[in-house]
Amino acid sequence: MILEIENLKTHYQTEQGVVKANDGISLSIDENEVIGLAGESGCGKSTLIRTIIRLVPKSAHVTADKMEFKGQDILSMPEKDFREKILWQGIGLVPQSAMNALNPVYRVGDQCIEAIKAHTDYSKAECEQIVKRLFDAVGLQAGMMKAYPHEFSGGMRQRSMIAMSLVLSPDLVIMDEPTTGLDVLVQERILRNIKEIRKKSESSVSILLITHDISVIAEMSDRIGIMYAGRLMEFAESMELFNEPFHPYTLGLKNAFPSIKALERELISIPGSPPSLLGDLPGCLFAFRCPFVIPECEKERPADLEIKPGHFVHCIRTDHVEEFRKLAGDKKTWQSSTSAI
Amino acid sequence: MKLESIKDFFVTQYGIIKSNRFGIFGALILIFFGVVAILAPWIAPHDLWESLRDSNGKLAMLRPPSLEFPLGTTAMGRDILSQMIHATRTTFLIGLVSGLISIVIGANIGLFSAYYGGKIDEILMRFTDIVYGMPFLPFLIVLISLFGRNIWFVIIAICCIVWRTSARVVRSQALSIRQRQFIMAARARGCSNLRIIYGHIMPNILPLLLLYTSFNIAWSVLAEAGASFLGFSDPDNLTWGGMLYNLWISGKIRTAWWWFAWPSICIILMVSALVFISRAYEEVANPRLKQR
Repeated sequence: MILEIENLKTHYQTEQGVVKANDGISLSIDENEVIGLAGESGCGKSTLIRTIIRLVPKSAHVTADKMEFKGQDILSMPEKDFREKILWQGIGLVPQSAMNALNPVYRVGDQCIEAIKAHTDYSKAECEQIVKRLFDAVGLQAGMMKAYPHEFSGGMRQRSMIAMSLVLSPDLVIMDEPTTGLDVLVQERILRNIKEIRKKSESSVSILLITHDISVIAEMSDRIGIMYAGRLMEFAESMELFNEPFHPYTLGLKNAFPSIKALERELISIPGSPPSLLGDLPGCLFAFRCPFVIPECEKERPADLEIKPGHFVHCIRTDHVEEFRKLAGDKKTWQSSTSAI
Repeated sequence: MKLESIKDFFVTQYGIIKSNRFGIFGALILIFFGVVAILAPWIAPHDLWESLRDSNGKLAMLRPPSLEFPLGTTAMGRDILSQMIHATRTTFLIGLVSGLISIVIGANIGLFSAYYGGKIDEILMRFTDIVYGMPFLPFLIVLISLFGRNIWFVIIAICCIVWRTSARVVRSQALSIRQRQFIMAARARGCSNLRIIYGHIMPNILPLLLLYTSFNIAWSVLAEAGASFLGFSDPDNLTWGGMLYNLWISGKIRTAWWWFAWPSICIILMVSALVFISRAYEEVANPRLKQR
């Protein structure tokens, strides 16, 4: 087990009240596994990453029953130890909008070397060797190490960030929307690069892949979590999640993406938008957008139900799932729920 | 590698200054003063305080520029050229030292204030506000009357005042750099706070720092001249301002034009040279200026 999180809560204290950006998230990442997290904008994906690597602002209040990285408690670990031992050596990050994640005044290669030097005492030649190998792995020429970020295209910057995240061969790499803003061809190449690196590398690399692009997640992940309003709605093996979704929200998301197999199928979007996460939020947060809502849904927060081994669903009406799956393909089902807002 | 990067640095600086005609002019003047300052003891024809006599053995009082006394003499028969050369050295030293110290203070206060924010920002910026309220001359007078007339107290007094502007400007720039994505990326990489401040934020505001370094030097030279003219300079270390003070107390300010012309011209040249160099850097810090 690389990363184990149980009941993680990240609450922001604001002037209007408490914002529950992450509210009770549990997930675990095994060795050499790719976990995909998908969800709408503002559902707390980025907050989750920032919480894991401690980049949340000071106003955030983080609690968890358990937050362990390779058996070490990373929630209560002193700041200095965390920075020196866990960050980058244990957990690498490919930040969101990697376009701007490179310091414009340094050469790209030097920034990668800085990352190595900050944690080890390798000689400069050794560092260069490592960076060169990784540049090669992500499909960048070794000569580009001498270039400045502004000389790179978006895809090249993204790939150099992936190379940089791997310089210390971490056990876990968190990729925050690694392909956002890139054209499909570049996206495809980057995803292929990531796969190749994982195949080639001697040590195992787990990846926590975060994006709102379901197709990227479907292609890459072993297990997938669907996030909504700071909670994990459904978490399962990727094939299982796509073939047998249980949560109405997952059903809705599936409808909203085009499928190659059924080109004539009309795309159906989920009406409404995620709720404000301010204050006390009783019940299921999807209830007011859910076409299958019953009064009980709004009363109590649903438990994370383990439907099958490893398949968790955050819904109280899983016994009616057959009916949901049938109705979810119909546009009228979703339209009717708008009136509830 | 270190030597190479230092060379790189100077090549870049040369490129910046070269791109601006005023910049070249300023750099040449500054280099000229710098060379004079370094070589002062060897190129000055006479001693600073020696009363000269002409070929007839008469005391050479208040002589206008001539072949014998290229820049004229003072009321005590002292050679103005020699005084100018020595004064260049002292003025240059005071300007450079207090300019550099003040930018170091200002930059650090600005960077820390911007990076840490919150209480630290509040404390440092309110302190800066207090310093903004302090007038230079009264502050210097108090300092001198407490500790005596000494070149180092003049430098300290200048440093205490000049840093304030650079602190505010550096802070505002650093605030915007701090919000950029690559600072978060650097933190995720495990960079310590100091490393982020000096390794990632500071290089991004380097043109601004250089701009304010030359501003601060120029301001220091002017402040020193003002203080010296009022008689608050170190009597053992003559400066251009000090020469003007000597002229003032001799009462010959209306007649001996050569006595005040040279120091004044030098102050003007030095300050404008620094401002010209600042302009060259300002174009880098703010490229929109170039389009005009």
